[in-house]
Parts: sequence; C-alpha cells; structure tokens
Amino acid sequence: MVKQKLIVIGNGMVGHHFLEQLAARPEKSLFEVTVFCAEPRPAYDRVHLSEYFGGRSAEDLALGKVERYREWGFELLLNDAVTAIDRDRKTVTAASGMEKSYDRLVLATGSYPFVPPIPGHEHEKCFVYRTLEDLDAIRAAARGARRGVVVGGGLLGLEAANALKELGLEAHVVEFAPGLMSVQLDAGGSELLKNKIEDLGVTVHTSTATELIEEVDGRLCMRFQGDRELITDLIVFSAGIRPEDSLARSAHLQLGERGGIVIDESCRTSDENIFAIGECALYDNRIFGLVAPGYTMARNTVAQLCGESMSFTGADMSTKLKLLGVQVGSIGDAHGRAEGAAAITFVDEQTGVYKRMITDNTGKKLLGAVLVGDTGDYDQLLQYHLNAIDLPEHPEQLILPAADGAAPALGAGALPAAATICSCHNVSKGQIVDAVQGGCCSLGEVKDATRASTGCGGCSALLKNVIDEELAALGMEVNNHLCAHFPFTRQELFHLVQVEEIRTFEELLTKHGSGRGCELCKPTVASILASLWNEHIHRKPHVGLQDTNDTFMANMQKNGSYSVVPRIPGGEITPDKLIVLGQVAKKYNLYTKITGGQRVDLFGARLEELPEIWRELIDAGFETGHAYGKSLRTVKSCVGSTWCRFGVQDSVAMALHIENRYKGLRSPHKIKMAVSGCTRECAEAQSKDIGVIATENGWNLFVCGNGGMRPRHADLFATDLDDTTLIQYIDRILMFYVRTADKLQRTSVWLENLEGGLDYLRAVVIEDKLGIGAELETQMANVVGTYQCEWKTAIEDPEMLKRFRQFVNTDTPDDKIAFVEERGQPRPAREGEIVRIAEPA
Amino acid sequence: MNQIAITHTQWQPICQRSDLVADSGVCVLTGDRTLRTVSAAPKSIALFFIPHAEPQLYAIDNWDPLAGAGVIARGLLAEIDGELTVASPLYKHHYRLRDGICLEDNSVRLGTYAAAFDGDKVLIATEPGNH
Ligand SMILES: Cc1cc2nc3c(=O)[nH]c(=O)nc-3n(C[C@H](O)[C@H](O)[C@H](O)COP(=O)(O)OP(=O)(O)OC[C@H]3O[C@@H](n4cnc5c(N)ncnc54)[C@H](O)[C@@H]3O)c2cc1C
Repeated sequence: MVKQKLIVIGNGMVGHHFLEQLAARPEKSLFEVTVFCAEPRPAYDRVHLSEYFGGRSAEDLALGKVERYREWGFELLLNDAVTAIDRDRKTVTAASGMEKSYDRLVLATGSYPFVPPIPGHEHEKCFVYRTLEDLDAIRAAARGARRGVVVGGGLLGLEAANALKELGLEAHVVEFAPGLMSVQLDAGGSELLKNKIEDLGVTVHTSTATELIEEVDGRLCMRFQGDRELITDLIVFSAGIRPEDSLARSAHLQLGERGGIVIDESCRTSDENIFAIGECALYDNRIFGLVAPGYTMARNTVAQLCGESMSFTGADMSTKLKLLGVQVGSIGDAHGRAEGAAAITFVDEQTGVYKRMITDNTGKKLLGAVLVGDTGDYDQLLQYHLNAIDLPEHPEQLILPAADGAAPALGAGALPAAATICSCHNVSKGQIVDAVQGGCCSLGEVKDATRASTGCGGCSALLKNVIDEELAALGMEVNNHLCAHFPFTRQELFHLVQVEEIRTFEELLTKHGSGRGCELCKPTVASILASLWNEHIHRKPHVGLQDTNDTFMANMQKNGSYSVVPRIPGGEITPDKLIVLGQVAKKYNLYTKITGGQRVDLFGARLEELPEIWRELIDAGFETGHAYGKSLRTVKSCVGSTWCRFGVQDSVAMALHIENRYKGLRSPHKIKMAVSGCTRECAEAQSKDIGVIATENGWNLFVCGNGGMRPRHADLFATDLDDTTLIQYIDRILMFYVRTADKLQRTSVWLENLEGGLDYLRAVVIEDKLGIGAELETQMANVVGTYQCEWKTAIEDPEMLKRFRQFVNTDTPDDKIAFVEERGQPRPAREGEIVRIAEPA
Repeated sequence: MNQIAITHTQWQPICQRSDLVADSGVCVLTGDRTLRTVSAAPKSIALFFIPHAEPQLYAIDNWDPLAGAGVIARGLLAEIDGELTVASPLYKHHYRLRDGICLEDNSVRLGTYAAAFDGDKVLIATEPGNH
C-alpha cells in the first residue's frame, strides 16, 4: 500500500503533541511523516520557559527528542524553515532548498511576538521573550546591566519582568493601557495587582506610550508621550503575539481580518488537504494563545486523519497563575460584557484581595470571575462556570472569606461526570471515578492512572475531593491504618509518640495499640523512635523491633550472608582507605562492587564475621554507611570547581557537609542526595530526594526526585540559596517528611500525595506557614547532635556483640552458606553447586 | 505446660537462658556434630523467647525452604490474626511458631520442637512433632 505523505510545518508544543498523538495510534503506519522545524532543536516546553533562568537546562525543557522521532519513523528536519507552499503541485519548499510533496499538510507554525514599530526598536539591546535563544540573549545582556524594562503588562510581560528581577535587574513594566493584564482582569483587579507588584519592587508605568528609543551614553533612553523618559540597559518587548501565518498568506489560504489561519470545526483550512493547529489557527475569529486548546486541536486533527470525526468548537480560556508571587485568576467573561450581566465584588484592601463574580441576568449562572491576591476559590468557581451549575441562593458566599457557617462548598458530588477536573490533561470526573472503581485508592494511584493533576497541579484539591467522595460512595473506608495493631497512620503515630514523649514500642502498644505487633509496625515505630529520640537501635527495648538488616547493621543477601558498606562521604576517598577496603575484602574473601552511590560494597560476609570486619574498617577511620537502614544513603557529587573547568562552586565540600550532617537520620524510607558543581549536572541531582546544583550565586535546591523503578524528575524548590539557607531548607524539608510521610513512602510519592503539592511544601518551609520551622530545625539539630556510628558503639559493647553469633551454642560456621568463584571473585553457590562433605551411608 | 514435658527422655540441653534475646530469635546447632548419621545429623534450629507469651519459648527449623537460606532465627516476630508467627527476612513469608505452617502457602511447614527452661538451661526435644 502506498503511504500518504504527511508534512508538518513547525515543531513547537502543539506540533509535537500532534506527532506524539499520531505515533501512539496504529494508523501511524499509513503515513510517511516529515517534520520541518525552524528552530535548531526539537520542541520544548515553552510554558515553563522562564524556568530556564531558574536552573533548568534546555534538555530539561525538551519535549521532543531526536531519538524518539527516529523510533517513530518520522523524518525530522531541524533548522530548516519552510519558505513556500505550492498548493497546485502540493509541494513545500524549505530554506535549505529542499522540495517535498505532500498529500496532507499540517501547519503548526505558532505565533511570534509583536514588536510595536517604535523608532529604535531594532536596537541590539531590545529583545523578545519566546525562545531559548531569546533567553540566552537576555541573560547575556543582563550581565553588568542595572535596569531592564518590559514593554507590555500582560501575562507574559509580567512573567518577563519577574525574570529580569531574578537576573538581578531593577525591573520596570511599561503598559500602554490603563491597567495590567487587561485581557483577563477588570479595572479593580488590575489596580490591585499593580499595587501588589509594586510592593515587590517592580515599577509599573501604566497609560504610558513609548514614542522613541535611542542610545544615550551607551544606555537606552525611552521617550514617552508627554515628555517623560526612562533610562534603561535593556528592553524586552511583550506586547502580544501575532499568528505566524505568512506561509498561509502567500499560499492564499483564507486568513482572518487581523491575521490567523481560518479553520473550521475539523481544524481544516480553506484547502481541505491542509490543517492548521495551535497559535497560528483562527477559529470563530479567535486565536487561542494557550497550550490546552492547541492540544485539543492537535488531537482533533489526528482523529480527522484517521478517519474519525471530532469537532473543535473553541476552548475555555480561564487561567489561574502566580505572577511575581501574586495569585491571579480569571474565568470566562471577566469584564461582564454580556447583556444583563451583574457583578458581585469583594475587596479587602488590608490583605490585598480582590474578588469579583459576574452572573447572568437571572443571577443563577456564573459567567465569569476575577481573583487577585487569593485564588483559593478558583477551582470551585470554574466548575460552576464550565458546567453551568446553578449558583446557591446567596452566591456572594462563594467569594466571601469563610466565617462561621462557611461558604457552601461545591461538593464533588454535584459535578456531572463530564465535568473537566484537570484541564491540562483533559481528564473528566467520569474518568477519575472509573479509575477509583478500577481499584485506585489514593491520590498518587489516580494521578498515575489518569495523569490528572500532573500538569500544573492546580486541581489537586478538587481531585482529592472527587476520589474521597467516590471511595465513600463505594462504601470503602479510606483505611490508612499502619497495620492491624495500630488504628493510626504513620503520621498520627509520629504525633502521638512526640507529644506523649513515648520512648518504647511496648509503651506505645499499651497506650494506643493492641496485640503484639508485626513486621510492619515494629520497624515503623522503631524508625519513629529513632527519628525523635535517636537512641542506639540496639538498646534493649528496641532490639526486637528491627528488620534483620537493622538488627545486624548489614544487608542480608539471598544466601543469608551480608554485605558491608562503609560510608564514603561525597564519594571522596584517600588512597590509604581504598587500600584498606581491598585488604579487608581480600582477607575475608568478600566480593567487591562499586555502587551508583559512589561507594564500595563488600558482599558475602558471614554473620559472625561482621564485628571483626567492622573493627578493622573502623580502625582505619571508616564509619557505618547505613546501607541497611531507612535513612540517608549517599550524597553523590562531582569534583566541582576545585578541579573542573566548568564548576562554579565546591560541590564536594558541600556534599561532605550535607552527608555528614544527615548521616544517621532515620526516615520513612531511604533518602538519596547529590550535589552538582554546575548546571551540567554530572551528579544527577535531579533524580534524588534532595538535589543541590551550584549556580554562580549559590545553590539551586531540587526536591523529591527519584530514580529506580518509578523515576520522577525532582522539582525546583528554591534558587540561588546561600549555604546557611540551603541547610535550613533541607533541615525543614527532611523533618517535615519524616513527620508526615507514610511508612515506606519515598519523598517522590510523599510530595505527590501531599495536598497542595510543591506550593504547600514551599509555604511550610520557606514562608513557615504552619509556624513549625524552628521546631523542625531543633528536631534536626537534636538528631545531628546525637549521631553515633552504630557499628563503633556495637563493637565496644560485649552484650551487643553476642548477637553476632551464627549459633549461640557453638563456633561452627553455617555449612549451608557456600561460595564458588566467578570472574575472580566469590559469589553464592547455586543449588547443585554446593559440595557437601560426603555423608556416610 | 512446659514443666510437665521436662520429664521426657529426648530432652537435651542446648544453650543458656542468657543466650536468648527477649522478643527476638537466636540460632542453635543440635545433634552430634562428630557423628554424621542421618538421625543425629546437625540441624540448625531457631529459638524464640517471648517473655509475655504462653508458652514463652519456641523452637522451629532455621532453614527457610522458600528462600533457600538458613535465616528464620533472624526474622521479626509478627502477630497475625492473633497467631504468633515469624516473618522470614528474605521474602517475608510468615511461619506460625506453634506448628511451623507457612501462612502464605500451607503446603510448606517447618519442623517445630518442644523447648523449655530448666533453671538457667534451655532444653530442646530434637524429634520434631507433637507436643
Ligand atoms: C514565556 C511564555 C510563557 C507561557 N506560559 C503559558 C502558560 O502558562 N499556559 C499556557 O497555556 N500557555 C503559555 N504560553 C503559550 C504557549 O507556549 C503556546 O500556546 C504554545 O507554545 C503554542 O504552541 P504552538 O506549537 O502553536 O506554537 P510554538 O510553540 O510557537 O511553535 C511553533 C513552531 O513553529 C516554528 N515555525 C514557524 N514557522 C515555521 C516555518 N515556516 N517552518 C518551520 N517551522 C516554523 C517556530 O519556529 C516554532 O518552533 C506561554 C508562552 C511563553 C512564550
């Protein structure tokens, strides 16, 4: 069968989504796909572009990978823009001179920033804010600069102003209109936003028209209407976007009056073989400058190409975001333009909160809303709006601050099954209910199954609501009990132990549990006791609580022998110590392997050999590596600025500092960390529970990453921290995790299940919202201050040493443990390889 | 109960009370280690001492056939539905202390033995079985 030739022009977010959707379908094989991409790299996440300044690399932001396209069998031509479309011959011509014919063509050319034709706008210190290259140029220009001005006070302009501020510039915003974000906000909302932003040190000039930009003494001078002027070092234009429709124009496709490629409900242009999707497309005389509608167009077009019908009928443009730390939300018709519309407004000048609801003429339906300073009501209002749910009798209750007899919360039960809960991934309430009915019982599981709340995360509270209601409806008790012996969650037990200062398992069991305990609750409680009081895990009352690995302070291997793992902080080790490791391994015939955590594991030690081995290691200056415990494992590091020509900070010293501080901390699960000396990130810190990456100004802190079975990219938590603040934040984050996580919950899953997610964690740690910051630090200081090398204590205590006897009644070794040699080292003998001493017949 | 059984002829002293660890396990090697006959072949047996339970002392095979390793003595004591068990450390199968039956797979059963105190001595009856 002859394949249809499909050409896609533009590899931005929407073009990429289109190809990803197509690649996932069997119909993929019907097409021979060619993609033209004007940028030098495949698609990346433009929505999070600003994080490029916050420490994320181009690679982190990448959506499309060259290898992925190869796997899919799509031809990807980078750095090659299409320059002409010949609709009669059905061919396209590219800048490189290449000509290709098509059967079907998809235009995903996006948009370009509009730069007002002010004389002087082409000066080399004038920039736009759209691509990675733009950001590189801005960053370069910001070096040695003092002031930066953004022209345009819309959503993107404010984001750019924030970026300038973070680059260390004094930031100004110049806006032609009388208010900021005039598309999304009404006058009142925009006034309040302006005040708040000015409080944060960004100067806002509204109703200001720029007439001329000229160079004066090596700086730029902006001259405004009315004889005012402003001196600056650089200018970023963010005065709106224009659809990139020049190709379509010269190919005589139908365009809108003010540009944009006209499409119908099936995303077809005026030529039935040509589709247009994303920001270049115009539907119903509107351009959709957000990713979600673009993605819907992409899915729609894939469906059309596969012979299915689906229709695009516009999209909701409501937005909720945080600009320069100020919460802003806009829903539907924010300006109340509809006939008969009525408004209810709530203003609290003291706290800087502005909320306005627009209802229809009956007062029953919500047409729109504006929220500035507090977007807590956004989710609920959005649901009223999108699903046309009747408003309560006193709709003002929805935006008034919760007094007694609080606002009537819209229960998840009131939402229809078709209600969209997560608009990033287009997940409906019905899909979530299905997932719960299919056996997902926790927030994390539902997120995994449906992808809901894995985009911006804004819907997480609502999502949890839907899940809880459905679980209740199924008659399922949400049972987070630790086990049959304790009707509490780990978090609750932690609290009880702390508040009542309980020191032993027996005491806790008597007061709050029943029965005798099991292999689930014993180690969990032991860990809580250790986190809080940090007594040696072998102290009498704790002995019977530990997993075998904790009991013998070594990891049991499949044949009952153990591995020995001394700590090598930061992966730094002297030749002498390295030699000792070799000598000990040789003497006790241990298998040696270098681990991913930058240390050396020694395998195959018999129980009774452990104390002697450790005595030799401790004499040589080693400490326990806690490889057996649910505790800090390793802090991986690169060599950093001491040796590396790229390094900007001493990552090894920081890794040593961190490892020595947190070694010995008992936690709900193991903890891994890493420190990289520059953004090249050789220590892979973004796959760790705590990741630290050096910047020129300090350290960027990443949290809750994970490698292994369920990889999770760490979240950027805070940027450019000094040493003291870095440690303070890590102290707080770790202790908060220790306090609130479930048993055996890694930080990655913990964060995903934490209501409010990353923002909440930031609020607790950075803003000290719960007022427990100092307490968390004290607790950590206590753990740090009471650290002991458990092995050192053990080998000095004859009572403890008694435990390391294979048989308590003889020194005979266990003949069931046997080794054979492989590649010059021992390994456990397999069944059949064990040569037994012949038994007499 | 244990007191009565002490009169049984098969009892042999195996270790001292002070060798035991409360609420945890230790391992002993039984049998005549010089004679390698089948009946008296050495056997490793796990001893669990639970001061607040009745009986206080349990003896059970140390070899976990499902894990293929002699590790039962190093397992955690776990109460499951009112029954005392030991959770084997490698793959966490639960073996009932009273009769050695594996809760996850009741076709698997470890040998259990009578055990008792005689003053400071710990006695054990090496023929597995009914007591
Ligand atoms: C800083 C910033 C923040 C944003 N924040 C948000 C947000 O929070 N939420 C949200 O929903 N949206 C946000 N957006 C908007 C969002 O990024 C866009 O809606 C989305 O990128 C549109 O995707 P697209 O594929 O249509 O266009 P683009 O991503 O612009 O991709 C178009 C691509 O086509 C290429 N191209 C153009 N012409 C040709 C040609 N002739 N030949 C070959 N290639 C060509 C371009 O070089 C480009 O790579 C933000 C945008 C920016 C810049």
